[in-house]
Amino acid sequence: MSTQIPSGTEVTDVAIIGAGPVGLFAVFECGMLQLRCHVIDALPALGGQCVALYPEKPIYDIPAAPELTASELIARLQQQIAPFQPRFHLDQQVTELQRRDDTWELTTSRGTRIRARAVMIAAGVGAFGPNRPPLPGIEQYEGHCVHYLVAERERFRGQRLVIAGGGDSAVDWAIALADVAAEIHVIHRREQFRAAPETSARLHELAATGKIQLVIPYQLAGLEGDGERLAAVVVKTLKGEARRIPADHLLAFFGLASKLGPINDWGLGAHNGVIPVDPSTGATSMPGVFAIGDIAGYPRKLKLILTGFAEAAHAAHAAHAVVHPDRALHFEHSTTAGVPIRAS
Amino acid sequence: MPVIHFVTTSGETLALAAENGRSIMEVAKANDLPMLAACGGALACATCHVIVDEDWYDRLDPPSEDEEDLLDTAHGLTPTSRLCCQIRVSDALDGIRVTLTPMD
Repeated sequence: MSTQIPSGTEVTDVAIIGAGPVGLFAVFECGMLQLRCHVIDALPALGGQCVALYPEKPIYDIPAAPELTASELIARLQQQIAPFQPRFHLDQQVTELQRRDDTWELTTSRGTRIRARAVMIAAGVGAFGPNRPPLPGIEQYEGHCVHYLVAERERFRGQRLVIAGGGDSAVDWAIALADVAAEIHVIHRREQFRAAPETSARLHELAATGKIQLVIPYQLAGLEGDGERLAAVVVKTLKGEARRIPADHLLAFFGLASKLGPINDWGLGAHNGVIPVDPSTGATSMPGVFAIGDIAGYPRKLKLILTGFAEAAHAAHAAHAVVHPDRALHFEHSTTAGVPIRAS
Repeated sequence: MPVIHFVTTSGETLALAAENGRSIMEVAKANDLPMLAACGGALACATCHVIVDEDWYDRLDPPSEDEEDLLDTAHGLTPTSRLCCQIRVSDALDGIRVTLTPMD
């Protein structure tokens, strides 16, 4: 029998890794079978790629929804699954998946522990985090000298800043910090910025007065420092001519990027970001662990949201047999059964 | 069928036959090359960034403004960097060489 479960460990029927459209719809499909779900995601908000990469892009291939934006799709899914009261663990990545007796234990980067009979990996293209420039040694400066967001403007008072990127974040922060910082160099690969015309104009005004130095067309090439304090940022033109900019901090704004991360190490045979599954159930090579959506692979797979929705239904039915091996699944359509509400 | 030459990050060159009309990203993915192509060709990320051989770069249709915006978020750019989901295979591209960029 099960050994005692340590206090503070969450216990549920199904743990869903990934709160993108497919992970969210898996809550619905599980809920229809009376399976309780916990959902974990690396982003602080629901929606996965839909909110991280293209919230405003229209989607046309969702059945019975002729056109809706990616963020609308997520809002509707949230509404659709609300009756099932899923528990969300956001802003944390699942770092470990371990077998404990007849359950799986998931541990997250925030130390949350969840035990579930079944696991559904709906991790898409991986966990989203800041798009980190691949500069050698950058990790030793992250948090104190290299930043991907600004929590507190005052922290940069009197400091020499290099701001990299060409979008709203880079431009907005360059303007907002112009009066605070000792120096600001803005590194961008081309003349145009992806920012509102007024803010771009303001940036150029500040550049004309010398409050901001525009370093264009350059990109980040390296960091200099003692491993603790940053001394300079090395930048290069696209053709490779280098320039060294003495700096105390680098603020890098390149949006979000995904990384499969720990899932690669769970023995699921992930290859190039795809976990092989049985297409009729989503079953992976490990018992009770399913993969659905973009991360699940099988011959002639179509990477569509609608395919992922169907995969979620298949996996929920297969997961029911794992969670309740002794209970027959009496299948009813939602038109017959309604939406069963169950407190978690 | 046109042949696309892919140079991997380790320097290996693969010559792959490609159907006209597919994107170079689709050819890379169909042949299991190491490329994330996170958004699947929706022009919403920069993870199919390749470096086109200089001899070939000017023969391509120039990048759109949307593609330029996304290239802003790529690293290790060169003057011939492109998002290969935006390059369609055609007979005119028979023999083109592109170099893949690191997946991380």
